[in-house]
Amino acid sequence: MKARAFDYVRPHSVEEALQAFANADGDAAYIAGGQSLVPALALRLQAPALLIDIARLEELHGLSVIGDHLRIGAATRHFEILNSGLVRTHAPLLSKAASFVAHPAIRNRGTFGGSLALADPASEFPAMSLALGAEIEIASLAGNRSVAAADFFLGLYETALQPGEMIRAVHVPAATARTYCAFDELARRRGDYALVGSGINAEIDNGRIERIRIVFLAVGSTPVQAKNVENLLIGNCLTPELIRKAQETLEADLDPPGDEQTPAEMRMHLARVLLGRLLGRLEATP
Amino acid sequence: MNVFAGSLDRPNSYIGRSVTRPNAKRLLEGKGRYVTDLILPRMLHAAFVRSPYAHGKIVAVNTEEARALSGVRAVFSGEDLSAICTPWIGTLDHFRNMKSPPQVPLALGKVTWSGQPVVLVVAESRAIAEDAAELVELEIEELPALADPVEAMSAEAISQGLDSNICFATKLDSGGVDEAFEAADLTVEQNFIFGRHTAVTLEPRAIVADYDPSENRLTAHHATQTPYQFQDVYSRHFGIPEANVRVVAPDVGGSFGMKLHVYHEEMAVVGASILLGRPVKYLADRMESFVSDIHARDHRVTARLAVGKDGRISGMDVDDITAIGPFSSYPRTSAVEGNQVVRLMGAPYDFSSYRANLSVVFQNKVQTSQYRAVGHPIACAVTECLVDAAARELSLDPFEMRARNLIPDNSYPRKSPTGYQFEKLSHEVCLARLRAIMNYDDLRREQAELRGKGILRGVGIALFVEITNPSPAFYGVGGARISAQDGAIVKLTPSGEVHCSISVTEQGQGTETIIGQIVADQLGVDRAKVRVMTGDTDTTPHGGATWACRGAGIGGETALQAARKLRNNLLFIAGLILQAKPGELDIREDWIVEAATGQQRISLPEVARIAFFRSDTLPPGTQAQLSVVHHYAPQGYPFAFTNGAQGCLVEVDAETGFVKILKHWVVEDCGRIINPLLVDEQIRGGVVQGLGAAFFEECLYNPEGQLTNGSLADYLVPMACEMPDIEIAHVETPTQDTELGAKGVGEAGTAAASAAAMNAVNDALAGQGAVLTQIPMTPTRILRALGSI
Amino acid sequence: MNSRIAIALTINGEIVEALVAPRTTLTDFLRQDMQLTGTHTGCEMGVCGACLVLIDDRPVHACLMFAVQADGCVVETIEGLTSRKAIADLQKAFHERNALQCGFCTPGMLMSAYGLLSSGDVPSREEIRDTLSGNYCRCTGYEAIVDAIERTARDRQNTETREEA
Repeated sequence: MKARAFDYVRPHSVEEALQAFANADGDAAYIAGGQSLVPALALRLQAPALLIDIARLEELHGLSVIGDHLRIGAATRHFEILNSGLVRTHAPLLSKAASFVAHPAIRNRGTFGGSLALADPASEFPAMSLALGAEIEIASLAGNRSVAAADFFLGLYETALQPGEMIRAVHVPAATARTYCAFDELARRRGDYALVGSGINAEIDNGRIERIRIVFLAVGSTPVQAKNVENLLIGNCLTPELIRKAQETLEADLDPPGDEQTPAEMRMHLARVLLGRLLGRLEATP
Repeated sequence: MNVFAGSLDRPNSYIGRSVTRPNAKRLLEGKGRYVTDLILPRMLHAAFVRSPYAHGKIVAVNTEEARALSGVRAVFSGEDLSAICTPWIGTLDHFRNMKSPPQVPLALGKVTWSGQPVVLVVAESRAIAEDAAELVELEIEELPALADPVEAMSAEAISQGLDSNICFATKLDSGGVDEAFEAADLTVEQNFIFGRHTAVTLEPRAIVADYDPSENRLTAHHATQTPYQFQDVYSRHFGIPEANVRVVAPDVGGSFGMKLHVYHEEMAVVGASILLGRPVKYLADRMESFVSDIHARDHRVTARLAVGKDGRISGMDVDDITAIGPFSSYPRTSAVEGNQVVRLMGAPYDFSSYRANLSVVFQNKVQTSQYRAVGHPIACAVTECLVDAAARELSLDPFEMRARNLIPDNSYPRKSPTGYQFEKLSHEVCLARLRAIMNYDDLRREQAELRGKGILRGVGIALFVEITNPSPAFYGVGGARISAQDGAIVKLTPSGEVHCSISVTEQGQGTETIIGQIVADQLGVDRAKVRVMTGDTDTTPHGGATWACRGAGIGGETALQAARKLRNNLLFIAGLILQAKPGELDIREDWIVEAATGQQRISLPEVARIAFFRSDTLPPGTQAQLSVVHHYAPQGYPFAFTNGAQGCLVEVDAETGFVKILKHWVVEDCGRIINPLLVDEQIRGGVVQGLGAAFFEECLYNPEGQLTNGSLADYLVPMACEMPDIEIAHVETPTQDTELGAKGVGEAGTAAASAAAMNAVNDALAGQGAVLTQIPMTPTRILRALGSI
Repeated sequence: MNSRIAIALTINGEIVEALVAPRTTLTDFLRQDMQLTGTHTGCEMGVCGACLVLIDDRPVHACLMFAVQADGCVVETIEGLTSRKAIADLQKAFHERNALQCGFCTPGMLMSAYGLLSSGDVPSREEIRDTLSGNYCRCTGYEAIVDAIERTARDRQNTETREEA
């Protein structure tokens, strides 16, 4: 398991990195944490001629609150998300999800932006970016642009990123006193990719759901938002009866894939169970 | 007959004592010496091109581009290596009518499993070898793959020259089975499926083959349990005199039976080294391990039990179909597991009418063979699951059901229903101990309380019998050149210290430690003064090495007898020096002492100094023998059977099908315990392998014969978070066949863990109308059994 | 051939300059070029934890990095932690508890334990198991490893308490 030969550069700015990509005739890849890319190279599933190392670019680092949103630099590592007080306060859903991301050593290296750019439908951060209504700030030679998470994840490992573009940062609307959230997933072993996972972010006023986003992971080729369930819940107070209805409605939102080990019916069943459990334990922002 | 004192109070009494492993320190500091670490001058690296199909005809192999790549030193195909290596056939004579096709290092004409090596590339680095492997063009005409054993039984033979895909079939019948079932008040019958597993040692297979043409000398640095077996194999199949073949097994990163089989890659790499006259290293990467290491289990068993109203078992009827690879593995075959399955069924219980059918079937998957606890987990799970099913029908508690049926402790020696001879087992006392350490009655109370709150807890138990200390009845009688004896050299160094080299080997279980304990104990010296070495055919006597739980029982007895021989020699010399009778002397704490008073007379260093450097001061005609060689082969019972009982507590989430293993208990009787610390950790590790099988591990194949989860991310090994704490207790029934009295323990944990787990899950689900008889018990299978999906 | 790249990094307290092929993983660089064979490879895809090393004092998979990426970093392997006696107590606890058999996973286990215990807190058994969730061991069944780490954490805290007193 040795990667095919490639060249390597470590540019000093985002601009330089974008230029390096442009000069490589499309046969290049950015590497930040590399926790998914390196195995793909070792297995020779991918073999770019050039690796462009963006992990150390200052511009891609840092967590900060700007106005009413939290800005997460693309090269922020998973452990920084997990340990950050800022994230805990302003995006508690991400804090909750972060402890489910792989294992400690992977979290020490993997990056938030890298996870979104890879767009693995079973990953926690892409799905939670969608649940939080995040905006993704993209750098390209043509200039910066911003794409809503809802428009970013297009298919299996497919995103709105054009060749050569890279994620610069992710902007997450900050939680308020009325924000409630919950995250959980069902994985065979701690840190494994989940059979099904889900995160909920809601605005609840006096028990009444004003806004809610429910996103599932590992149930399709992208993170999947349960819009029918959301519509059912908005404007109502959560009751056991309503939660039951929400579970019944979920079928209209999900069409999970299946295989011999985990048939579609199994994923659907687990998604329903998870939905019921999460709605029952939405937590206020700390 | 044990004559062993066993008191822990006397000086240098190490047998029975928990002591640490001297050889573990280097491993803790990252200074282990694994084959993986080895770099030799002029060494080249191997990579293989493998068949992408499970079954196919090789039409063409084009290696031109690969050969041309810079850094590539050679590319070999099947013909190149078959020219210097005679084929091997994995059959044993005592398995009547067993058949298997001849095997060669690289595929010739046909491929018969996905992952079979077809071309070997040798290059300056592994990366370049892989680059070149990508350039090899294989043209293979795909043939229909046999991936289903039942289908394979009646399908056209995979191998030319064989008339069917039945490798081996046998029937056992003690008589009276039909009558027993006719007379039974209750018959319980279940169909079981046991998934295919693989060993997943953390260090994959590794070899550095170093052939020196100037001396016609092959040195194989080989991560294996059995150096002598490979010395024999390399010598015979490559035509090199045995004395010119040296196999060195240094630190080995796990083995569990997997590293004692002959693999095509290792044979090809030895061949490449011979053809090139240079060292060649091959390290299986993890993806290769999954498609080339042996797999194990893969049994479909239908079994029924005849039971009376009183809960007494009167008969058992078993049919086992086990699917192996396209051939039987070499030299231990792929039929031993099935054979042990049908012979270990019902082993703890007192009944006589038994019948079994075994079919060992070829198919287009990688070979299967012996892996930790060979056959035991299947026999144990089938038996214990049926016993529980009967107990449920009769509303008997599982402990009570077993108490009514087990072979009483006072009825030995006796034969099992399948013909095994038991010297002495301790089921009654083990079962009582298990009940006590589990706090069984409390568990049942807690279970009932939680059930009221909708929480499903389950308690499962399983009794087991384990085969250890095998005599030549295991392999030797079948014509395999696999030794049942071991040999040791124990010598006093000129400084009065002790060196022991012995044929049993170490893969971390603590072999060298216990051998050191035994030698120090028997000689009367400080353990720190005994250096033990293993794993090198040039420096240790020939022996069977480590497998089938023979290291402590056979290797330990060898060391004990060798140490006593040296002790006698030392006392003889000391007697001459001291003008005393050897019988009145003893050795304690590195001193020759007066046996009666313990008074120190002369130190061992002084004896050594005189014997080695001042032999002129000894009486004329005296030749001091300060090195002894000793061999020991088990006699008496063909196997030393051990026994024990396990318990498992689980909580099943009936909504998700997920199971949390809360706790596991083991009571084990391995005879004389040499080092309780090491024994306990053998059991814990074994249990976790059994729990892995019960809940996680399974090699999944599609109908085309492709392994679909062949990576460490997809094949689920047991990890820390999902495994429970394990409580262990011991009963000691030493074998009277040896002075040491030790039996084996390495497989005990694995033997019954999955059975106890299965019974625990079924206990949790009792009342929900669900019964699981397939492992691994995945959430999907549990929810299906519950009818939730 | 792709050209080799010059790197300079600190390995076990020593400054090392080397020319490496970009595709050489940090594991292969440490094991083959530096002959630091205490870092093991069990899967080469970041699943087994045998290759964990410290980069800037945090455990990471050396198999999931190329050596070129470690340019300018502070790398520590089992050999380095051993020689600066940073984990002597952990190693002793592992030894006494027999928390290893074949030893192939052990350096990675010690790296994870080092990371966990660096906070100075005494973790629960669940937290210890969670920290080891990416470290595969086929031999021990994990319990002895958990015991050894737990004991070390307690001993360290007791030592601290005594020193404060």
